[in-house]
Amino acid sequence: MNIVVCIKQVPYPKDVKLDPKTHTLIREGVESIINPFDMYAIEEGLRLKERYGGKVTVLTMGPPQAEEALREALSYGVDDAILLSDKAFAGADTLATSYTLAMGIRKIGDVDIILCGKQTIDSDTAQVGPGLAIRLNIPYVTYVRKIVHLNSKKIRVERIMDDGYETIDLNLPALFTVVKEINEPRVPSLRHKLRASKTRIPIYSAKDIGADIKRLGLNGSATRVINVFKPQRKRKLEWIEGSVEEQVEKLLDRLRTHKIIG
Amino acid sequence: MDYFLTEEQIMIKDLARQVAEERILPVRAKLDEEETFPWELMKDLAQADLFGICIPEEYGGLGGGCFEYCLAIEELARVCIGVTTTYAASGLGAYPILLFGSEEQKQKYLPEIASGKRLGAFAITEANAGSDAGSILTTAAPDGDHYVLNGTKQWITNGGEAEIYTVIAITDRKKGARGASAFIVEKGDPGFSFGKKEKKMGIRSSATREVIFDECRIPKERLIRREGMGFVIAMKVFDISRPGIGALAVGLAQGALDLAVTYAKERVQFGKPIISFQAIQHMLADMATNIEAARALVYAAAKFVDSKPKDASKESAMAKMFSSDMAMKVTTDAVQILGGYGYMRDYPAEKMMRDAKILQIYEGTNQIQRNIIGQALNREYKVRRK
Repeated sequence: MNIVVCIKQVPYPKDVKLDPKTHTLIREGVESIINPFDMYAIEEGLRLKERYGGKVTVLTMGPPQAEEALREALSYGVDDAILLSDKAFAGADTLATSYTLAMGIRKIGDVDIILCGKQTIDSDTAQVGPGLAIRLNIPYVTYVRKIVHLNSKKIRVERIMDDGYETIDLNLPALFTVVKEINEPRVPSLRHKLRASKTRIPIYSAKDIGADIKRLGLNGSATRVINVFKPQRKRKLEWIEGSVEEQVEKLLDRLRTHKIIG
Repeated sequence: MDYFLTEEQIMIKDLARQVAEERILPVRAKLDEEETFPWELMKDLAQADLFGICIPEEYGGLGGGCFEYCLAIEELARVCIGVTTTYAASGLGAYPILLFGSEEQKQKYLPEIASGKRLGAFAITEANAGSDAGSILTTAAPDGDHYVLNGTKQWITNGGEAEIYTVIAITDRKKGARGASAFIVEKGDPGFSFGKKEKKMGIRSSATREVIFDECRIPKERLIRREGMGFVIAMKVFDISRPGIGALAVGLAQGALDLAVTYAKERVQFGKPIISFQAIQHMLADMATNIEAARALVYAAAKFVDSKPKDASKESAMAKMFSSDMAMKVTTDAVQILGGYGYMRDYPAEKMMRDAKILQIYEGTNQIQRNIIGQALNREYKVRRK
């Protein structure tokens, strides 16, 4: 079983600050972590390997410092790590990112299962997983909470729905985005940490993965972030006083005035 | 203080801290309250490879020494010494095999302890043989290809939970201390069972239990080294394990200092955070200084042990004694700084103070440590006068 886990390095949520002028995330000097939902994808990859054998490769696109995230993934027992890094990748939206990752996975070769976190905590789109599957022309299931069983060709998974669960059979290769209910990630191991510190992580450029330069980074992006801003709070605070009956009457009045109730 | 650790030593420290903060911290109060054995945490420590730190690579370990082991113990102890005692006691069970075991014994038992698949334990104490270890009553008599053990050991850390026990028993009463021998007993051996589970003041998540030998038959190959070596083995084991108790004390005290400083910065009385008052500052200054002094001593003793000297009994006794007395004082002062809150179970300070007391008692009381140091001084100065 050849398993690839796609991860993203994101800023540590407690340290997140916006640049007051550009309104973009300040990433410099901020502690970075592996996107928390991707941790479940890494764990699931390792569990699949332990149950069915095979190899787990972790893949990310990012600046050179994203190598830290890959090393951390290695410390959990992942076999291999690959960094896709090139100035041409910068400014990518989900369209360009999923194209780049797809080219990276093509370069890896035969892949049976691709795992992603359900979404990142810095962009929150949940689009890259599905977009990647589309570009690779393979089936995918989002919000997977359990991988029930699998053999060399077929897999059965359960996905979380708003109102219940769905059990889906599909053919491999396939892509899954996972939710945190799927497992409890392990702690890193000393042996793997030592190995991770000595591993040379290959860095693939746009040329290495044979990517079309027009489809990369800002050039290949269908969207532009024009502005990031805090929503203005227009809430007004008003105390309703009096006896319980009076308060209820006043509240009903307000709700009717604002046409919240008829 | 920067101790100029190697990259690998920093890695050990970081990993132990991560496990302590992510896994132990959220459950330490519950484990203490419910007195439950931390099996889930033992699995995490095993997954993290922390059980293998000081076991050689050829037996499935990472090939570190007493120093690396102390670094891990210290970080874990910062969060909970109940859990850390359980962890360290497994290493204590492995040491007799590591130091004196045959190649077959090492091959068989060390990889299991290094991987954390099975926990170890060390059993010497009895109801009437504590500091006076020479008066133990448990016997081991040869019988064909076996030894038959009879007797009861008391207050055995990891008792009932561990699967591999190193047991000190008398093989020849006439020879006194030279008539004791060390054996490996496995959970499940015929005639081997567990008795009373103790209810303790502190380190409540650790298991402390009687272990009972009633016509317990074990194969002859379970004898460690040869008959009569029991006490030598026990003493040599304590020489290398006692810096670990020092590390437990340093970690615990550091945790108490972290708590006390954080609290003192937040707690406002007379319109100011209490850390701005000299009375509090001086207490914190003494706590921090004593912790650093103990840490330096523990690290030095551990490195001395790793240099494989002929005798490390004095240095390891110093590390154990000084650090555990320090931890008792520091945790008591932490409770004092937190005042009424410190005495309540809502804050971890009272647990730290309850936990600290055992460090002055187990692995040789601090009075015994002073005996060891005193006797060593007596020997040293005799030699010099010649």
